[in-house]
Amino acid sequence: MSGLRLTEGSRGLAASVAVEGAPLTRTQVPYVTGSSVLGMKCADGVVIACDTMASYGTLARFKSLSRMHQVSPNCILGVGGDYSDFQQLQTMVDAEMTAQYVANDGLTLSPKAIHSFLARHMYHRRCKVDPLWNTVIVAGFDKGEGVLSLVDLFGTAFSSDVLATGFGLHLGLPLLRNAHRPDITVAEAKGVLEDILKVLFYRDARTNDVVQLASVTAAGVEIGKMTKLKTEWGYKSFVEGARVGDDSSW
Amino acid sequence: MFRNQYDTDITTYSPQGRLHQVEYAMEAVKQGSASVGVRSKTHVVLATLKRFASELSGDQKKLFAIDDHVVIAISGLTADARVLSRYMRTETQHHKFMYDEPMPVGRLVLQVADKCQISTQRASKRPFGVGLLVAGVDENGPHLYQTCPSGNYFEYLAMAIGARSQSAKTYLERTYTTLAEAGVEELIQSAVTALRETVASSKDTELTTKNTAIAIVGTDGSGMRVLENAAVQPYIDALDAASPASDDEEEDGDGDNAAAAPAAAAPDAAAGEAAPAADAPAEGPADMQT
Repeated sequence: MSGLRLTEGSRGLAASVAVEGAPLTRTQVPYVTGSSVLGMKCADGVVIACDTMASYGTLARFKSLSRMHQVSPNCILGVGGDYSDFQQLQTMVDAEMTAQYVANDGLTLSPKAIHSFLARHMYHRRCKVDPLWNTVIVAGFDKGEGVLSLVDLFGTAFSSDVLATGFGLHLGLPLLRNAHRPDITVAEAKGVLEDILKVLFYRDARTNDVVQLASVTAAGVEIGKMTKLKTEWGYKSFVEGARVGDDSSW
Repeated sequence: MFRNQYDTDITTYSPQGRLHQVEYAMEAVKQGSASVGVRSKTHVVLATLKRFASELSGDQKKLFAIDDHVVIAISGLTADARVLSRYMRTETQHHKFMYDEPMPVGRLVLQVADKCQISTQRASKRPFGVGLLVAGVDENGPHLYQTCPSGNYFEYLAMAIGARSQSAKTYLERTYTTLAEAGVEELIQSAVTALRETVASSKDTELTTKNTAIAIVGTDGSGMRVLENAAVQPYIDALDAASPASDDEEEDGDGDNAAAAPAAAAPDAAAGEAAPAADAPAEGPADMQT
């Protein structure tokens, strides 16, 4: 993911001064970033989960920010990447939903339409070399079926039974794939996602242990409270560290 | 020369509170050849009567496919209809691109109506001289809408526009209660029968495979299809098999039409001109209209 360095490296570019004759460049680097979002499609709905930290570079700057946004009675977003761009995204999606409402014909956007709408906007912004630096997971429930789709800052858009963003792409996705079954229930999947968030908290330095789970089912959207993960730090190797001559990072 | 001192400017009201240019545009719709639309619980059918500019020419197009799920029939100025249909095609494609879903029919009609309304309120424009019957299906089932040059739009169970459409409307008012449960074939036959009412009193026009075109849209995923030429023969044959429309009924129809006309600016002119022009397809001004 060389194009997706979210926190480190080329910060100098952000302050790039417009050089005469050169193309105009805008947000080249994200500042306050959220890390992983996880999502799993179930037999009776969809579950997504994320932690609640927003980092300023490597600094754990904000520790109880929700990275979820309810768009409609049957659709939510889980967003990783730049937090201010996420807020911009919320404003934009809310404005679109309001525009649908004021048409006053009872029609609104389905989760699939919301995903498409986001994909068009993300691609539009990347073409202006001014991307919204986010990876968005769209979770919804429509016509008796779960919807789980993703859009990234390039406008890449697809749907899958299991999805992850950020560091979760590396550590979470394989675990999600192993755990997924077509007949898995929302209740069961919540447990799975919480376990994976725990793994991410142990291994991803941009993650905290206060997490949020949300589900979309036939009953609608349910965004859970922020809860603290139960973690265990008493393992011998955690305490004693790496042995001499061992290449292990512990 | 002038029918009215308040009718040269679109945006100036007459002392009676009317916009004559807009009403004249509504008259243009009445002079176009007839279009009929009927709706059941699952399908919408449009039936149209095509005119020929001359013996040697092809027919003027009456049906325009807008998208896989929407088709329109037009009465009035064909050239204006082409502009509107291109606009509608652009809008449905844009919606599909943006939302990955077909555009709801009501939304499309609203945008067309808004576009029509704009040209009734700007001095530099002229109203569209065309009325549309919009047939389409969406999440909420089949829909039949009518749009007017005035910017008004209505949803209907069954509707007819264009020359002598009153006869078709009279027929539809008598039979519409049976349409909801009708099958596709039955619905098509209803539309064609209603259309025939508009030519029944005419000595030199009758429905033929050449001048009849039918469009069908259904909620069963079959999309939209258009029947022309040989494909409409069975429905015309079925007309002949059924009892021919009685003449006196048609006289009523014409009477209604004339009675409705005084709503326009110049009753004498409207009634006097509209009817003959509709009778004689090859007559000058009518060439512009279908």
